[in-house]
Amino acid sequence: MTKIIIEPNWCKSCGICVDFCPTNVLELDISGKLKVVDANACISCKLCEIRCPDLAIEIEED
Amino acid sequence: MSKLDKYLRTDQMPHFACPGCTHGTAWAAMIRSIEQLGLDKNKTVMVCAIGCAGRLPVYLDFPSIRTPHGRALSYATGVKLANPDLNVIVFMGDGDASAIGGNHLIHTARRNLDITAIVATNEIYGMTGGQYAPTTEGGRFASTAPFGMIENQLDVCKLVEGAGASFVGRGDVYHVRELKDLIASAITHKGFSLVEVFTTCPTHFGRRNNMKKPSVLVEHLKNLTVSKKQAEKMTEEEVAGKLLRGILLKEERPEYVETYDRLAGFKEEGESV
Amino acid sequence: MKDKVLMQGNQAVAEGALAAGVKFCAGYPITPSTEVIEILAKKLPSHGGRFIQMEDELASIGAIIGASAAGKKSITATSGPGFSLMQENLGYAAMVEVPIVIYNAQRVGPSTGGATKPHQADIMQTKWGSHGDSPRIALMPGSVKEAYEITIKAFNFSEKYMVPVVILMDELLAHMRESVIIPKKEELEVINRRTDVAPQAEYLPYRMDETGIPVLPPLGGGYRYNISGMIHGENGIPDLSPETIDACVRRINSKLDKYYDDIVIVENEKNESAKIALFVFGSTTRPAKGAIKKAKKAGIEVELIRPITIWPFPEKEVREVAERMDKIIVAEMNLGQTAGLVRQAIEGKAEVVQLNRVDSGHISVDDLYHKILEISS
Repeated sequence: MTKIIIEPNWCKSCGICVDFCPTNVLELDISGKLKVVDANACISCKLCEIRCPDLAIEIEED
Repeated sequence: MSKLDKYLRTDQMPHFACPGCTHGTAWAAMIRSIEQLGLDKNKTVMVCAIGCAGRLPVYLDFPSIRTPHGRALSYATGVKLANPDLNVIVFMGDGDASAIGGNHLIHTARRNLDITAIVATNEIYGMTGGQYAPTTEGGRFASTAPFGMIENQLDVCKLVEGAGASFVGRGDVYHVRELKDLIASAITHKGFSLVEVFTTCPTHFGRRNNMKKPSVLVEHLKNLTVSKKQAEKMTEEEVAGKLLRGILLKEERPEYVETYDRLAGFKEEGESV
Repeated sequence: MKDKVLMQGNQAVAEGALAAGVKFCAGYPITPSTEVIEILAKKLPSHGGRFIQMEDELASIGAIIGASAAGKKSITATSGPGFSLMQENLGYAAMVEVPIVIYNAQRVGPSTGGATKPHQADIMQTKWGSHGDSPRIALMPGSVKEAYEITIKAFNFSEKYMVPVVILMDELLAHMRESVIIPKKEELEVINRRTDVAPQAEYLPYRMDETGIPVLPPLGGGYRYNISGMIHGENGIPDLSPETIDACVRRINSKLDKYYDDIVIVENEKNESAKIALFVFGSTTRPAKGAIKKAKKAGIEVELIRPITIWPFPEKEVREVAERMDKIIVAEMNLGQTAGLVRQAIEGKAEVVQLNRVDSGHISVDDLYHKILEISS
């Protein structure tokens, strides 16, 4: 399973990762905080990691 | 926390850019290309100037120099001539590189000095609050273009190609997978290389142009550019209005310092003739 | 090179720079300074250095700051209009404490003025031409021989105090030819910037020891730090807290106060019987000496005070002279730029008499002699 690591202090809740995730793994919660809502759906495409402007997400594959 | 930590001044993170500003995406792509190439960070000098894009060296753990607005390429020229063994990478915004620094851009490209310039084009002056840039598309709104942009949009890639650059590339932060390799190719290229990266400014450009949501603005880039390969299969009408993406030009030409040293009989002090 | 060489002022600057160990020159052609870049273009490669002709003066000074940051002694040469364009980067060099030497062969101004004719009207611009309070040293040689020596001195000061140094000459001296005795290499004092750098783990570029002078190892020489024109703290990273702004602005400017006695060079032969002093500089030095001789023959004693260092302004030395004089003639090829500085320095201790020529003719022995006669009667 892939591990999705979020650095909460670097994330600015811009939502780019959420909107471009092809499998809806991520969400901004009601307070705007980035959350992993469906880790199993992650296909490790790493688009979130390389598109994040704040270097705040990393995908680690087993 | 990041795989890229060893390239960052982590004590300065998070960086100062607005939420959804994708200059950071371009910065990250550049760092990843440096990692991919295995460049010695002690021997890789970052030269930047002013504006949102120019703030980069604050966050990167490299030897770095932040110059007055527009002057980065002239400083980089001095650094490279003082020590040609260094990798010299210049990261600029579009206003910095092509307006106030336009003359330096033309002539640095012309000389074919072995440095890499990365220009982050977001079509706006973000730091000062959203004024139009030479790269702003016609009809777009900015604080100093309240009735829409009436000037012609500058094509940075064509400019440097015309000036004599030996490597010209263009990318954008939607087609982000291509970016790392594009920048790596530019850095590896012997001679002056320029990569223009279309980035996005939701705060100033997006807000004034009905694309306030960061992802909407990034999505907009998807339709703005077309890869050089794809374009070859498209009709003229289909390509019209789109910017070509990828390596637009790559030619082997004599590099400045190599030529200089050979013709001038340069020798380091203490070297025998 | 032979020991005694007939050379032009501009050549003396170029040769002096080479003797001081210059390794990089970037320049843009401008009369009356161009010979300097022509000579360095030819000679630098055989002295382990490189030259490049840039697209304008902004780029020229930018390139030399870059090269100096990478560890190489660097110079550019220009004249009034080009010097105006360099002001932005001159302030930058002062702010980030990267040593550079700028040669300015002053020509008639304002604006395009007159390229082939001398003025001495860039004195205020040299100190105040860029925004903000920032330090620089300016030196004004009085002969071709001195131009050679002062150019070496300019590099020495720049490297020692990590500050931009401007060599201010004028068209007259730039194109004057004289014999210069070239000292042997071992007789020259050549100073290089500090290299006693702390290990990277402890290193902060702008952390000061008791000298107040930063140690900045060459960019790309193994140390990773940031050079920035923004107000910065010890770590070189921008910091706009009022405390850091205050400390940064005060410290960079106080460097020159601290080393005033080393930096300020003045020619002043005391003359106990004189009640008139003649304050001149640069190419007016010789006519001044001639006028003093002539006045002596006519029974009038005059003392010479000639600043070689014009910035920092030699206030102490001028005041000391003023305390013994009734009148000081301040002769300059401008409308009174240093006369104001002299007045400020002497606080009314003597009367300041101005002699200003701006017709591009040099201030002659007779100009000065007549002024001496006029005020002594």
